[in-house]
Amino acid sequence: MIELWNALPVVIQILIKIIAIVLPLLGMVAYYTLAERKVIGYIQVRIGPNRVGWRGSLQPIADAVKLMMKEIVIPTKADKVLFLLAPMIAIAPALAAWAVFPFDEGLVLADINAGLLYLLALTSLGVYGIIIAGWASNSKYALLGAMRSAAQIVAYEIAMGFALVGVLVAAGSLNLGAIVAAQEGNLLTWFWLPLLPLFGVYLISGIAETNRAPFDVAEGESEIVAGFHVEYSGMAFAVFFLAEYANMILISALSALLFMGGWLSPFPQAWIEGIAILGDGFHWLLLKTFFFMFVFLWLRATFPRYRYDQIMRLGWKVFIPITIVWILVVALAVLAELPPWWSA
Amino acid sequence: MGFEKFLFYVFATITLVAAGMVITRRNPVHAVLYLVLAFISSAALWILLEAEFLGIVLVLVYVGAVMVLFLFVVMMLDVDIATLRAGFIRYLPIGALIAVVLALEIFLIVGPANFGLQQFPAPAPAAPGVSNTEELGLLLYTLYVYPFEIAAVILLVAIVAAIRLTLRRRSDTKYMDPAQQVRVKKGPDRIRIVKMPSERAAVPAVAASAAPQESTE
Repeated sequence: MIELWNALPVVIQILIKIIAIVLPLLGMVAYYTLAERKVIGYIQVRIGPNRVGWRGSLQPIADAVKLMMKEIVIPTKADKVLFLLAPMIAIAPALAAWAVFPFDEGLVLADINAGLLYLLALTSLGVYGIIIAGWASNSKYALLGAMRSAAQIVAYEIAMGFALVGVLVAAGSLNLGAIVAAQEGNLLTWFWLPLLPLFGVYLISGIAETNRAPFDVAEGESEIVAGFHVEYSGMAFAVFFLAEYANMILISALSALLFMGGWLSPFPQAWIEGIAILGDGFHWLLLKTFFFMFVFLWLRATFPRYRYDQIMRLGWKVFIPITIVWILVVALAVLAELPPWWSA
Repeated sequence: MGFEKFLFYVFATITLVAAGMVITRRNPVHAVLYLVLAFISSAALWILLEAEFLGIVLVLVYVGAVMVLFLFVVMMLDVDIATLRAGFIRYLPIGALIAVVLALEIFLIVGPANFGLQQFPAPAPAAPGVSNTEELGLLLYTLYVYPFEIAAVILLVAIVAAIRLTLRRRSDTKYMDPAQQVRVKKGPDRIRIVKMPSERAAVPAVAASAAPQESTE
Protein backbone atom coordinates (compact mmCIF):
# COMPACT_ATOMS: atom_id res chain seq x y z
CA MET A 1 0.00 0.00 0.00
CA ILE A 2 2.75 2.43 1.01
CA GLU A 3 4.79 1.39 -2.03
CA LEU A 4 1.83 2.14 -4.26
CA TRP A 5 1.50 5.58 -2.64
CA ASN A 6 5.20 6.32 -3.08
CA ALA A 7 5.04 5.25 -6.72
CA LEU A 8 2.52 7.99 -7.50
CA PRO A 9 3.84 11.27 -8.91
CA VAL A 10 4.15 14.05 -6.32
CA VAL A 11 1.49 16.14 -8.03
CA ILE A 12 -1.04 13.30 -7.74
CA GLN A 13 -0.08 12.75 -4.10
CA ILE A 14 -0.66 16.42 -3.32
CA LEU A 15 -3.94 16.37 -5.22
CA ILE A 16 -5.17 13.39 -3.18
CA LYS A 17 -4.15 15.14 0.04
CA ILE A 18 -5.99 18.29 -1.02
CA ILE A 19 -9.14 16.30 -1.73
CA ALA A 20 -8.76 14.55 1.62
CA ILE A 21 -8.75 17.96 3.33
CA VAL A 22 -11.33 19.83 1.27
CA LEU A 23 -14.06 17.19 0.99
CA PRO A 24 -14.51 16.65 4.75
CA LEU A 25 -14.27 20.42 5.17
CA LEU A 26 -17.14 21.06 2.75
CA GLY A 27 -19.14 18.31 4.45
CA MET A 28 -18.51 20.03 7.76
CA VAL A 29 -19.59 23.37 6.27
CA ALA A 30 -22.84 21.82 5.06
CA TYR A 31 -23.65 20.32 8.44
CA TYR A 32 -22.45 23.42 10.27
CA THR A 33 -25.35 25.31 8.68
CA LEU A 34 -27.73 22.69 10.03
CA ALA A 35 -26.02 22.77 13.43
CA GLU A 36 -26.40 26.54 13.45
CA ARG A 37 -30.13 26.40 12.82
CA LYS A 38 -30.58 23.63 15.36
CA VAL A 39 -28.45 25.22 18.09
CA ILE A 40 -30.00 28.64 17.66
CA GLY A 41 -33.39 26.97 17.51
CA TYR A 42 -32.89 25.25 20.87
CA ILE A 43 -31.43 28.41 22.41
CA GLN A 44 -34.60 30.21 21.36
CA VAL A 45 -36.82 27.31 22.52
CA ARG A 46 -37.74 26.11 19.02
CA ILE A 47 -36.83 22.81 17.35
CA GLY A 48 -35.25 24.18 14.19
CA PRO A 49 -35.49 22.34 10.85
CA ASN A 50 -37.13 18.92 11.34
CA ARG A 51 -38.88 18.04 8.07
CA VAL A 52 -36.22 16.69 5.71
CA GLY A 53 -34.85 13.34 6.78
CA TRP A 54 -34.58 12.14 10.36
CA ARG A 55 -34.98 15.26 12.55
CA GLY A 56 -33.96 17.47 9.65
CA SER A 57 -30.65 15.69 9.07
CA LEU A 58 -30.94 15.98 5.28
CA GLN A 59 -31.77 19.69 5.37
CA PRO A 60 -28.34 20.89 4.10
CA ILE A 61 -28.62 18.60 1.08
CA ALA A 62 -32.11 19.87 0.33
CA ASP A 63 -30.79 23.43 0.62
CA ALA A 64 -27.89 22.70 -1.69
CA VAL A 65 -30.17 21.16 -4.33
CA LYS A 66 -32.51 24.12 -4.09
CA LEU A 67 -29.70 26.63 -4.49
CA MET A 68 -28.23 24.75 -7.44
CA MET A 69 -31.58 24.75 -9.26
CA LYS A 70 -32.07 28.49 -8.83
CA GLU A 71 -31.23 31.01 -11.49
CA ILE A 72 -28.22 33.29 -11.02
CA VAL A 73 -29.64 36.72 -11.67
CA ILE A 74 -27.13 39.29 -12.92
CA PRO A 75 -28.24 42.90 -12.45
CA THR A 76 -28.45 44.94 -15.66
CA LYS A 77 -25.66 47.39 -15.04
CA ALA A 78 -23.49 45.07 -12.98
CA ASP A 79 -19.86 44.46 -13.88
CA LYS A 80 -20.50 40.94 -15.13
CA VAL A 81 -16.98 39.49 -14.86
CA LEU A 82 -16.30 40.86 -11.39
CA PHE A 83 -19.81 39.99 -10.27
CA LEU A 84 -19.20 36.33 -11.02
CA LEU A 85 -15.57 36.41 -9.89
CA ALA A 86 -16.37 37.79 -6.42
CA PRO A 87 -17.77 34.59 -4.85
CA MET A 88 -14.77 32.64 -6.13
CA ILE A 89 -12.38 35.21 -4.66
CA ALA A 90 -14.26 34.89 -1.39
CA ILE A 91 -13.99 31.12 -1.12
CA ALA A 92 -10.48 30.58 -2.54
CA PRO A 93 -8.52 31.93 0.47
CA ALA A 94 -10.92 30.23 2.88
CA LEU A 95 -9.93 26.87 1.37
CA ALA A 96 -6.28 27.65 0.52
CA ALA A 97 -5.54 28.56 4.14
CA TRP A 98 -5.89 24.89 5.13
CA ALA A 99 -2.74 24.06 3.16
CA VAL A 100 -0.48 24.85 6.13
CA PHE A 101 -2.83 23.62 8.85
CA PRO A 102 -1.36 20.71 10.83
CA PHE A 103 -4.00 18.18 11.89
CA ASP A 104 -1.67 16.10 14.02
CA GLU A 105 2.04 15.75 14.70
CA GLY A 106 3.53 16.04 11.18
CA LEU A 107 0.17 15.57 9.44
CA VAL A 108 0.18 18.66 7.25
CA LEU A 109 -0.01 19.36 3.53
CA ALA A 110 2.73 22.02 3.39
CA ASP A 111 4.97 22.27 6.44
CA ILE A 112 6.32 25.75 5.76
CA ASN A 113 8.37 27.91 8.12
CA ALA A 114 6.20 30.98 7.85
CA GLY A 115 2.90 29.12 8.34
CA LEU A 116 1.35 31.68 10.67
CA LEU A 117 2.18 34.55 8.32
CA TYR A 118 0.74 32.62 5.39
CA LEU A 119 -2.51 32.16 7.29
CA LEU A 120 -2.68 35.82 8.23
CA ALA A 121 -2.03 36.85 4.62
CA LEU A 122 -4.71 34.53 3.26
CA THR A 123 -7.38 35.48 5.80
CA SER A 124 -6.74 39.11 4.87
CA LEU A 125 -7.51 38.32 1.23
CA GLY A 126 -11.05 37.14 1.98
CA VAL A 127 -12.30 40.72 2.16
CA TYR A 128 -11.74 41.19 -1.57
CA GLY A 129 -14.62 38.89 -2.38
CA ILE A 130 -16.91 41.05 -0.28
CA ILE A 131 -15.66 44.39 -1.60
CA ILE A 132 -15.74 43.29 -5.23
CA ALA A 133 -19.21 41.81 -4.80
CA GLY A 134 -20.44 45.04 -3.28
CA TRP A 135 -19.02 47.19 -6.02
CA ALA A 136 -19.79 44.96 -9.00
CA SER A 137 -23.46 44.57 -8.05
CA ASN A 138 -24.04 48.24 -8.85
CA SER A 139 -26.44 48.54 -5.94
CA LYS A 140 -26.55 51.04 -3.08
CA TYR A 141 -27.04 48.52 -0.35
CA ALA A 142 -24.34 46.23 -1.66
CA LEU A 143 -21.87 49.11 -1.83
CA LEU A 144 -22.73 50.21 1.71
CA GLY A 145 -22.22 46.66 2.96
CA ALA A 146 -18.89 46.40 1.16
CA MET A 147 -17.64 49.65 2.64
CA ARG A 148 -18.62 48.69 6.15
CA SER A 149 -16.93 45.37 5.69
CA ALA A 150 -13.71 46.90 4.35
CA ALA A 151 -13.39 49.32 7.26
CA GLN A 152 -14.20 46.65 9.80
CA ILE A 153 -11.82 44.07 8.45
CA VAL A 154 -8.91 46.49 8.17
CA ALA A 155 -9.48 47.54 11.80
CA TYR A 156 -9.74 44.04 13.22
CA GLU A 157 -6.97 42.58 11.13
CA ILE A 158 -4.47 44.74 12.99
CA ALA A 159 -5.71 43.53 16.37
CA MET A 160 -5.73 39.97 15.12
CA GLY A 161 -2.23 40.30 13.70
CA PHE A 162 -0.94 41.69 17.00
CA ALA A 163 -2.61 38.86 18.90
CA LEU A 164 -0.78 36.42 16.65
CA VAL A 165 2.47 38.32 17.23
CA GLY A 166 1.97 37.49 20.90
CA VAL A 167 1.59 33.82 20.01
CA LEU A 168 4.76 33.81 17.95
CA VAL A 169 6.71 35.62 20.68
CA ALA A 170 5.50 32.97 23.12
CA ALA A 171 6.25 30.05 20.81
CA GLY A 172 9.39 31.47 19.21
CA SER A 173 8.33 30.16 15.81
CA LEU A 174 6.05 30.91 12.89
CA ASN A 175 5.61 27.22 12.13
CA LEU A 176 2.23 25.97 13.30
CA GLY A 177 3.55 22.56 14.30
CA ALA A 178 6.25 24.18 16.40
CA ILE A 179 3.67 26.47 18.04
CA VAL A 180 1.68 23.44 19.18
CA ALA A 181 4.86 21.70 20.31
CA ALA A 182 5.72 24.75 22.43
CA GLN A 183 2.48 24.23 24.39
CA GLU A 184 3.37 20.64 25.34
CA GLY A 185 2.31 19.70 28.86
CA ASN A 186 -1.23 19.90 30.14
CA LEU A 187 -4.26 22.18 30.15
CA LEU A 188 -2.38 24.85 32.10
CA THR A 189 0.69 25.01 29.86
CA TRP A 190 -1.34 25.91 26.79
CA PHE A 191 -1.05 29.48 25.62
CA TRP A 192 -4.60 30.49 26.53
CA LEU A 193 -3.51 31.16 30.10
CA PRO A 194 -0.43 33.38 29.68
CA LEU A 195 -1.94 34.99 26.58
CA LEU A 196 -5.47 35.32 27.96
CA PRO A 197 -6.08 38.92 26.79
CA LEU A 198 -4.67 38.10 23.37
CA PHE A 199 -6.81 34.97 23.23
CA GLY A 200 -9.92 37.05 23.88
CA VAL A 201 -8.91 39.65 21.32
CA TYR A 202 -8.14 36.96 18.76
CA LEU A 203 -11.46 35.20 19.21
CA ILE A 204 -13.52 38.39 19.02
CA SER A 205 -11.50 39.72 16.07
CA GLY A 206 -12.03 36.36 14.40
CA ILE A 207 -15.77 36.78 14.74
CA ALA A 208 -15.49 40.30 13.32
CA GLU A 209 -13.24 39.11 10.45
CA THR A 210 -15.75 36.47 9.41
CA ASN A 211 -18.57 39.05 9.50
CA ARG A 212 -20.57 37.04 11.99
CA ALA A 213 -23.10 38.31 14.49
CA PRO A 214 -22.75 40.48 16.55
CA PHE A 215 -20.35 42.06 14.04
CA ASP A 216 -22.37 41.36 10.89
CA VAL A 217 -22.94 44.98 9.89
CA ALA A 218 -21.79 44.09 6.36
CA GLU A 219 -25.03 42.13 6.01
CA GLY A 220 -27.13 44.11 8.47
CA GLU A 221 -30.47 42.93 7.10
CA SER A 222 -32.46 45.39 9.18
CA GLU A 223 -30.63 48.38 7.67
CA ILE A 224 -29.15 47.45 4.28
CA VAL A 225 -31.27 44.43 3.29
CA ALA A 226 -28.50 41.83 2.95
CA GLY A 227 -25.49 44.03 2.43
CA PHE A 228 -22.83 42.98 -0.02
CA HIS A 229 -24.66 39.90 -1.36
CA VAL A 230 -28.07 41.46 -1.80
CA GLU A 231 -27.99 41.00 -5.60
CA TYR A 232 -26.73 37.42 -5.53
CA SER A 233 -28.91 34.39 -5.98
CA GLY A 234 -28.61 30.67 -6.50
CA MET A 235 -25.18 29.07 -6.39
CA ALA A 236 -23.35 32.43 -6.47
CA PHE A 237 -24.98 33.28 -3.16
CA ALA A 238 -24.31 29.78 -1.84
CA VAL A 239 -20.60 30.15 -2.52
CA PHE A 240 -20.48 33.27 -0.30
CA PHE A 241 -22.28 31.27 2.33
CA LEU A 242 -19.80 28.41 2.03
CA ALA A 243 -16.89 30.85 2.30
CA GLU A 244 -18.29 32.40 5.47
CA TYR A 245 -18.75 29.04 7.16
CA ALA A 246 -15.39 27.72 5.97
CA ASN A 247 -13.82 30.83 7.49
CA MET A 248 -15.64 30.25 10.77
CA ILE A 249 -14.33 26.70 10.90
CA LEU A 250 -10.84 27.97 10.09
CA ILE A 251 -10.90 30.56 12.88
CA SER A 252 -12.22 27.96 15.33
CA ALA A 253 -9.55 25.46 14.34
CA LEU A 254 -6.85 28.13 14.58
CA SER A 255 -8.00 29.19 18.04
CA ALA A 256 -7.74 25.54 19.07
CA LEU A 257 -4.31 25.25 17.51
CA LEU A 258 -2.72 28.49 18.69
CA PHE A 259 -4.18 28.91 22.15
CA MET A 260 -5.62 25.56 23.22
CA GLY A 261 -2.78 23.20 22.40
CA GLY A 262 -4.10 21.78 19.13
CA TRP A 263 -3.97 18.01 19.24
CA LEU A 264 -2.40 17.92 22.72
CA SER A 265 -4.28 16.17 25.49
CA PRO A 266 -5.42 18.37 28.40
CA PHE A 267 -4.28 15.80 30.96
CA PRO A 268 -0.69 15.52 32.21
CA GLN A 269 1.15 12.49 30.84
CA ALA A 270 1.33 10.77 34.25
CA TRP A 271 -2.46 10.61 34.72
CA ILE A 272 -3.35 8.87 31.50
CA GLU A 273 -0.66 6.22 31.27
CA GLY A 274 -1.98 3.46 29.03
CA ILE A 275 -5.31 5.07 28.08
CA ALA A 276 -4.68 5.72 24.40
CA ILE A 277 -7.89 7.66 23.76
CA LEU A 278 -6.97 10.31 26.33
CA GLY A 279 -3.50 10.82 24.84
CA ASP A 280 -2.56 13.40 22.21
CA GLY A 281 -4.34 13.02 18.91
CA PHE A 282 -6.47 14.47 16.17
CA HIS A 283 -9.66 13.87 18.18
CA TRP A 284 -8.63 16.53 20.72
CA LEU A 285 -8.15 19.08 17.94
CA LEU A 286 -11.56 18.17 16.54
CA LEU A 287 -13.19 18.48 19.96
CA LYS A 288 -11.63 21.89 20.62
CA THR A 289 -12.59 23.09 17.14
CA PHE A 290 -16.18 21.98 17.71
CA PHE A 291 -16.23 23.89 20.96
CA PHE A 292 -15.19 27.14 19.27
CA MET A 293 -17.61 26.51 16.41
CA PHE A 294 -20.34 26.21 19.03
CA VAL A 295 -19.19 29.48 20.62
CA PHE A 296 -19.72 31.22 17.25
CA LEU A 297 -23.34 30.05 17.18
CA TRP A 298 -23.85 30.75 20.87
CA LEU A 299 -22.71 34.36 20.45
CA ARG A 300 -24.95 34.85 17.45
CA ALA A 301 -27.96 33.64 19.38
CA THR A 302 -27.10 35.78 22.39
CA PHE A 303 -26.03 39.27 21.32
CA PRO A 304 -27.77 41.94 19.28
CA ARG A 305 -25.83 43.54 16.44
CA TYR A 306 -23.16 46.07 17.37
CA ARG A 307 -23.56 49.55 16.02
CA TYR A 308 -20.98 50.52 13.40
CA ASP A 309 -19.21 53.28 15.34
CA GLN A 310 -19.00 51.09 18.43
CA ILE A 311 -17.39 48.35 16.37
CA MET A 312 -14.76 50.82 15.20
CA ARG A 313 -14.15 52.02 18.76
CA LEU A 314 -13.74 48.46 20.03
CA GLY A 315 -11.28 47.60 17.28
CA TRP A 316 -9.09 50.68 17.29
CA LYS A 317 -9.33 52.06 20.81
CA VAL A 318 -9.71 48.92 22.93
CA PHE A 319 -8.21 45.89 21.20
CA ILE A 320 -5.11 47.41 19.65
CA PRO A 321 -3.87 49.00 22.91
CA ILE A 322 -4.58 45.75 24.81
CA THR A 323 -2.60 43.69 22.31
CA ILE A 324 0.36 46.11 22.25
CA VAL A 325 0.63 46.11 26.04
CA TRP A 326 0.30 42.35 26.29
CA ILE A 327 2.92 41.68 23.62
CA LEU A 328 5.32 43.62 25.85
CA VAL A 329 4.25 41.61 28.89
CA VAL A 330 4.70 38.32 27.03
CA ALA A 331 8.11 39.38 25.74
CA LEU A 332 9.23 40.20 29.29
CA ALA A 333 7.82 36.91 30.57
CA VAL A 334 9.72 35.00 27.89
CA LEU A 335 12.93 36.85 28.78
CA ALA A 336 12.37 36.13 32.48
CA GLU A 337 11.72 32.45 31.57
CA LEU A 338 8.53 32.46 33.58
CA PRO A 339 7.57 28.90 34.58
CA PRO A 340 5.78 26.72 33.63
CA TRP A 341 5.55 28.08 30.09
CA TRP A 342 9.03 29.30 29.32
CA SER A 343 11.21 27.60 31.90
CA ALA A 344 14.36 26.34 30.25
CA MET B 1 15.52 24.00 -12.61
CA GLY B 2 13.35 23.79 -15.69
CA PHE B 3 10.10 23.92 -13.78
CA GLU B 4 11.31 26.80 -11.64
CA LYS B 5 12.21 28.77 -14.75
CA PHE B 6 8.80 28.03 -16.24
CA LEU B 7 7.13 29.33 -13.05
CA PHE B 8 9.29 32.43 -13.16
CA TYR B 9 8.22 33.24 -16.70
CA VAL B 10 4.56 32.61 -15.89
CA PHE B 11 4.58 34.94 -12.90
CA ALA B 12 6.78 37.52 -14.63
CA THR B 13 4.37 37.65 -17.58
CA ILE B 14 1.37 38.02 -15.27
CA THR B 15 3.14 40.80 -13.35
CA LEU B 16 4.00 42.73 -16.51
CA VAL B 17 0.59 42.33 -18.12
CA ALA B 18 -1.17 43.31 -14.90
CA ALA B 19 1.10 46.32 -14.43
CA GLY B 20 0.35 47.39 -18.01
CA MET B 21 -3.36 47.03 -17.35
CA VAL B 22 -3.08 49.23 -14.24
CA ILE B 23 -2.13 52.24 -16.33
CA THR B 24 -4.32 51.53 -19.35
CA ARG B 25 -7.67 50.61 -17.79
CA ARG B 26 -10.21 53.42 -17.83
CA ASN B 27 -12.10 52.16 -14.81
CA PRO B 28 -10.12 52.93 -11.62
CA VAL B 29 -11.58 49.92 -9.79
CA HIS B 30 -10.32 47.61 -12.50
CA ALA B 31 -6.94 49.35 -12.37
CA VAL B 32 -6.68 48.79 -8.61
CA LEU B 33 -7.63 45.13 -9.00
CA TYR B 34 -4.93 44.68 -11.64
CA LEU B 35 -2.48 46.28 -9.23
CA VAL B 36 -3.51 43.68 -6.65
CA LEU B 37 -2.80 40.98 -9.22
CA ALA B 38 0.61 42.52 -9.93
CA PHE B 39 1.40 42.51 -6.20
CA ILE B 40 0.38 38.89 -5.80
CA SER B 41 2.43 37.69 -8.74
CA SER B 42 5.48 39.68 -7.61
CA ALA B 43 5.04 38.05 -4.19
CA ALA B 44 5.18 34.72 -6.01
CA LEU B 45 8.40 35.86 -7.72
CA TRP B 46 9.93 36.72 -4.36
CA ILE B 47 8.98 33.32 -3.01
CA LEU B 48 10.74 31.78 -6.02
CA LEU B 49 13.82 33.76 -4.90
CA GLU B 50 13.55 32.02 -1.49
CA ALA B 51 12.44 35.28 0.13
CA GLU B 52 9.23 33.72 1.43
CA PHE B 53 8.95 36.14 4.35
CA LEU B 54 9.03 39.16 2.06
CA GLY B 55 6.62 37.54 -0.36
CA ILE B 56 4.03 36.74 2.28
CA VAL B 57 4.42 40.12 3.95
CA LEU B 58 3.90 41.81 0.58
CA VAL B 59 0.57 40.02 0.28
CA LEU B 60 -0.32 40.67 3.91
CA VAL B 61 0.51 44.38 4.03
CA TYR B 62 -0.01 45.64 0.50
CA VAL B 63 -2.75 43.35 -0.75
CA GLY B 64 -4.45 42.68 2.57
CA ALA B 65 -4.48 46.20 3.96
CA VAL B 66 -3.18 48.99 1.73
CA MET B 67 -5.03 47.98 -1.42
CA VAL B 68 -8.24 47.36 0.53
CA LEU B 69 -8.13 51.00 1.60
CA PHE B 70 -7.32 52.03 -1.96
CA LEU B 71 -10.33 50.13 -3.28
CA PHE B 72 -12.39 51.62 -0.50
CA VAL B 73 -11.62 55.13 -1.75
CA VAL B 74 -11.70 54.36 -5.46
CA MET B 75 -15.09 52.62 -5.22
CA MET B 76 -16.62 55.87 -4.13
CA LEU B 77 -15.20 57.89 -7.01
CA ASP B 78 -17.62 59.04 -9.64
CA VAL B 79 -15.37 58.84 -12.67
CA ASP B 80 -16.14 61.02 -15.62
CA ILE B 81 -13.85 59.88 -18.43
CA ALA B 82 -14.49 63.00 -20.54
CA THR B 83 -13.02 65.34 -17.92
CA LEU B 84 -10.18 62.90 -17.29
CA ARG B 85 -9.18 63.03 -20.92
CA ALA B 86 -9.73 66.78 -21.33
CA GLY B 87 -6.16 67.91 -20.66
CA PHE B 88 -4.48 64.96 -22.36
CA ILE B 89 -2.74 66.88 -25.15
CA ARG B 90 -1.82 69.77 -22.87
CA TYR B 91 -0.07 67.56 -20.35
CA LEU B 92 1.43 65.17 -22.88
CA PRO B 93 4.82 66.93 -23.31
CA ILE B 94 5.60 67.22 -19.60
CA GLY B 95 4.28 63.73 -18.93
CA ALA B 96 6.41 62.29 -21.72
CA LEU B 97 9.46 64.16 -20.45
CA ILE B 98 9.07 62.76 -16.95
CA ALA B 99 8.54 59.29 -18.37
CA VAL B 100 11.70 59.49 -20.44
CA VAL B 101 13.77 60.76 -17.49
CA LEU B 102 12.41 57.98 -15.28
CA ALA B 103 13.14 55.32 -17.88
CA LEU B 104 16.65 56.67 -18.30
CA GLU B 105 17.29 56.62 -14.57
CA ILE B 106 16.02 53.07 -14.25
CA PHE B 107 18.15 52.07 -17.22
CA LEU B 108 21.26 53.56 -15.62
CA ILE B 109 20.74 51.62 -12.42
CA VAL B 110 19.48 48.25 -13.61
CA GLY B 111 20.67 48.43 -17.21
CA PRO B 112 22.82 45.72 -18.74
CA ALA B 113 25.98 47.30 -17.25
CA ASN B 114 24.85 46.65 -13.67
CA PHE B 115 22.65 43.66 -14.12
CA GLY B 116 22.86 40.05 -15.09
CA LEU B 117 24.69 36.92 -14.07
CA GLN B 118 28.06 38.20 -15.43
CA GLN B 119 28.21 41.00 -12.85
CA PHE B 120 26.54 39.18 -9.98
CA PRO B 121 26.79 35.40 -9.86
CA ALA B 122 23.60 33.69 -8.68
CA PRO B 123 23.70 33.13 -4.90
CA ALA B 124 23.82 29.53 -3.78
CA PRO B 125 20.38 28.20 -2.79
CA ALA B 126 19.87 28.29 0.97
CA ALA B 127 20.13 25.09 2.97
CA PRO B 128 16.71 23.52 3.68
CA GLY B 129 16.80 24.33 7.40
CA VAL B 130 17.48 28.05 6.99
CA SER B 131 14.54 30.26 7.89
CA ASN B 132 14.27 33.38 5.80
CA THR B 133 12.28 35.09 8.54
CA GLU B 134 14.94 34.47 11.16
CA GLU B 135 17.77 35.66 8.91
CA LEU B 136 15.93 38.87 8.07
CA GLY B 137 15.06 39.47 11.70
CA LEU B 138 18.66 39.00 12.80
CA LEU B 139 19.87 41.49 10.22
CA LEU B 140 17.12 44.03 10.89
CA TYR B 141 17.66 44.09 14.63
CA THR B 142 21.46 44.02 14.65
CA LEU B 143 23.21 45.47 11.63
CA TYR B 144 20.37 47.64 10.36
CA VAL B 145 18.71 48.58 13.62
CA TYR B 146 19.29 52.35 13.20
CA PRO B 147 17.95 52.63 9.63
CA PHE B 148 15.05 50.40 10.71
CA GLU B 149 14.15 52.58 13.69
CA ILE B 150 14.57 55.77 11.65
CA ALA B 151 12.21 54.42 9.01
CA ALA B 152 9.71 53.65 11.75
CA VAL B 153 10.00 57.18 13.16
CA ILE B 154 9.53 58.70 9.70
CA LEU B 155 6.35 56.67 9.27
CA LEU B 156 5.12 57.79 12.67
CA VAL B 157 5.77 61.42 11.75
CA ALA B 158 3.81 60.91 8.53
CA ILE B 159 0.89 59.46 10.48
CA VAL B 160 0.88 62.31 12.98
CA ALA B 161 1.12 64.88 10.19
CA ALA B 162 -1.71 63.32 8.19
CA ILE B 163 -3.95 63.21 11.24
CA ARG B 164 -3.07 66.77 12.23
CA LEU B 165 -3.81 68.06 8.73
CA THR B 166 -7.17 66.41 8.39
CA LEU B 167 -8.49 66.50 11.93
CA ARG B 168 -10.85 69.35 12.56
CA ARG B 169 -13.68 69.61 14.98
CA ARG B 170 -16.72 71.41 13.74
CA SER B 171 -18.45 73.21 16.52
CA ASP B 172 -21.83 73.23 14.81
CA THR B 173 -22.28 69.47 14.53
CA LYS B 174 -23.26 67.19 17.35
CA TYR B 175 -21.24 64.07 18.02
CA MET B 176 -22.01 60.86 19.80
CA ASP B 177 -19.20 59.51 21.88
CA PRO B 178 -19.41 55.70 21.73
CA ALA B 179 -16.92 55.42 24.57
CA GLN B 180 -19.33 57.24 26.87
CA GLN B 181 -22.32 55.40 25.49
CA VAL B 182 -20.99 51.95 26.31
CA ARG B 183 -20.29 53.09 29.86
CA VAL B 184 -23.98 53.78 30.49
CA LYS B 185 -25.35 51.81 33.43
CA LYS B 186 -28.91 50.81 33.98
CA GLY B 187 -29.16 52.46 37.40
CA PRO B 188 -28.68 56.21 37.25
CA ASP B 189 -28.16 56.69 33.47
CA ARG B 190 -30.91 54.92 31.60
CA ILE B 191 -33.96 55.11 33.82
CA ARG B 192 -34.85 57.35 36.67
CA ILE B 193 -37.54 56.33 39.05
CA VAL B 194 -39.67 59.28 40.02
CA LYS B 195 -41.52 58.94 43.28
CA MET B 196 -44.93 60.45 43.32
CA PRO B 197 -47.89 60.08 45.60
CA SER B 198 -50.95 58.21 44.42
CA GLU B 199 -53.72 60.42 43.14
CA ARG B 200 -57.46 60.42 43.11
CA ALA B 201 -59.59 60.72 39.99
CA ALA B 202 -60.91 64.11 41.01
CA VAL B 203 -57.90 65.95 42.30
CA PRO B 204 -57.75 69.27 44.06
CA ALA B 205 -56.54 72.19 41.93
CA VAL B 206 -53.15 72.52 43.71
CA ALA B 207 -52.17 68.86 43.30
CA ALA B 208 -53.25 68.80 39.63
CA SER B 209 -50.90 71.60 38.73
CA ALA B 210 -48.01 70.16 40.75
CA ALA B 211 -48.18 66.53 39.66
CA PRO B 212 -47.43 66.82 35.89
CA GLN B 213 -44.48 69.03 36.62
CA GLU B 214 -42.97 66.45 38.86
CA SER B 215 -43.43 63.59 36.40
CA THR B 216 -41.76 65.40 33.53
CA GLU B 217 -38.74 66.46 35.49
